[in-house]
Amino acid sequence: MTAPVLEVVDLVKHYPVRRGPFEPRKIVHALDGVSLTVRRGETLAIVGESGCGKSTLARCLLRLEDPTGGTIRLHGADITSLDADAMRPLRRHVQIVFQDPYASLNPRWSIGTLMADPLRLHTKLSRAERRVRAAELLAIVGLGGEFLERYPHELSGGQRQRVAIARALAVEPDAIICDEPVSALDVSIQAQVINLLMRLRREFGIALVFISHDLSLVKHIADRIAVMYLGQIVELADAAGMREGAKHPYSRALFAAAPTVDPVPGVSCEAPIGGDVPSPIDPPSGCRFHTRCAFAKDDCALTAPSLRAVEGRSVRCHYAGELDFARWAGGSS
Amino acid sequence: MRPVLEIDGLSVEFASARGPVAAVNDLSFAIGEGETVALVGESGSGKSTAAMAILRLIASPPGRVVKGRVLFEGVDLLGLSPADLRKVRGDRIGMIFQDPMMALNPVYTVARQIAEVLEVHRGLAGRAALDEVVSLLRLVGVPAPETRAGQYPHNLSGGMRQRVMIAMALECKPRLLIADEPTTALDVTVQAQVLRLIEDLKSRLGMSVLLITHDMGVVSQSAHRVVVMYAGRKVEEGATRDLFAAPRHPYTQGLLRAARRARADDGTLWEIRGTVPSPHAMPPGCGFAPRCDCARAACAAAVPELTRTADGHEVRCIVAAEGAA
Repeated sequence: MTAPVLEVVDLVKHYPVRRGPFEPRKIVHALDGVSLTVRRGETLAIVGESGCGKSTLARCLLRLEDPTGGTIRLHGADITSLDADAMRPLRRHVQIVFQDPYASLNPRWSIGTLMADPLRLHTKLSRAERRVRAAELLAIVGLGGEFLERYPHELSGGQRQRVAIARALAVEPDAIICDEPVSALDVSIQAQVINLLMRLRREFGIALVFISHDLSLVKHIADRIAVMYLGQIVELADAAGMREGAKHPYSRALFAAAPTVDPVPGVSCEAPIGGDVPSPIDPPSGCRFHTRCAFAKDDCALTAPSLRAVEGRSVRCHYAGELDFARWAGGSS
Repeated sequence: MRPVLEIDGLSVEFASARGPVAAVNDLSFAIGEGETVALVGESGSGKSTAAMAILRLIASPPGRVVKGRVLFEGVDLLGLSPADLRKVRGDRIGMIFQDPMMALNPVYTVARQIAEVLEVHRGLAGRAALDEVVSLLRLVGVPAPETRAGQYPHNLSGGMRQRVMIAMALECKPRLLIADEPTTALDVTVQAQVLRLIEDLKSRLGMSVLLITHDMGVVSQSAHRVVVMYAGRKVEEGATRDLFAAPRHPYTQGLLRAARRARADDGTLWEIRGTVPSPHAMPPGCGFAPRCDCARAACAAAVPELTRTADGHEVRCIVAAEGAA
């Protein structure tokens, strides 16, 4: 069996912060013990609310951040502590598409220049060959050659995101990390960009790591879904299992809170959890979700649960599999 | 019964280097007592411009209300003097915006910003104002309101800031709340809390709500009636349940299909092809015709009229109107 494209084991990322000149140094626990694999050609969704660490995880997978602990493997080779020079030739394997195509494309460069840039850095093509390849790549994402002469401000949001995808594609990556790739786009345009990404995955076997807070979307397009809360994966399951019903109280609440277009009569979409996410500077003891969990018992505050196999998935909860979600208003979604 | 708000033939345009651009075109709809009406559309549809025009918050120049009336409790807001308008804004009509960080003043404490409204509209000051601030914060579900009142916006989370905004909008017990994408910047679990709060306060204070959003899930959950806008015009209006069950306009149909993440025959997600037309290059007839699968020659000839069906549903589409006849 071939090695997965990407593999992280026990990944930890802590940021030291100091709130004021006389305040003691504190630590933001952005990632604490995250392990997962990205398999060839799969769509892996990573979901969670702001501050859960999903974007930090993305930056670590790209080695844009130096992890505090743990291991990152690319095609089986350890890249955790490679320096910038050693990373450079490896960067073409994993690319990223950001949320905001207005911010990620240099406004002073034409689309042609923007497209030629990754080719100049990662290939030995001549200037003329780069031009031809740039047009080919734009054609793949559904944009005509006339776009080469245009500038980002002349494009719509959807067209800009296509350019960002074409740039990622330029270096023939094995995986593209998509950080909220459609959340800045209108719903009628979202499907166009998603369909494009799905086609690229099918035609080129590119793995997609899809970071999103749009739960209704990931349920429809992902192969597997990882739910994160305060720097940890709390549940990892295939999409069909997640559609049937999450097993962790937090993922359950998260999916229940997402408003659906066709609400089931008698089921409110209200989140069965209140309050805000606690600060990652002082994450709660024991299970990090116990402060908001309707099922929390005394030991939840004392001992931290580990990610364990429950009914064909991984769940970080002492009581997963024995909880009666029917007690919740939104529990039956 | 007279509606609380009645918008009648509102048209707004903006001056641009390439000549005036119509952002809202001949928009009419009404909001009844205690009713929640959702104004739905994508970027560039004119929904936010329409909402801003109600309270005359459009910067002029470049913006200009070309024609129309905005009747609030029977009085045309567009004809009021600035002094009279100030009595309505923040008192009879409250407004909350998408990004509470932009709408709150970062250098004033929560208490001071909320108290300012109380002072202007209700003449409260000092201890009485502070007590009212604390009880308002408690009403919108801010924990430890005495402590929070003394803090600054940057000390609060996104959900807490939106609650402060809601407290400010509601302190004079308005007849109408205009909420422009109130939960778009929030996480889903917090969004659910805020939507429930608005619903709760609405029934307690008996106000009407104009909800501006692009999220069909939020609409289906909160609104009684829906007004769908596309390229500056109202294309469909109907009762929420009716419109979601049987959308008549091809754009509404497409929007709902996309929001439901429906699949096309080949297994890909169903998409509306093409993009929203540029306001500088509006198609001569129906604005949606270039993207519409049902379009025929007549669609490009003239802007279709609004047709009203027996059940009070309105649609601006010649194909749908024929089907209904």
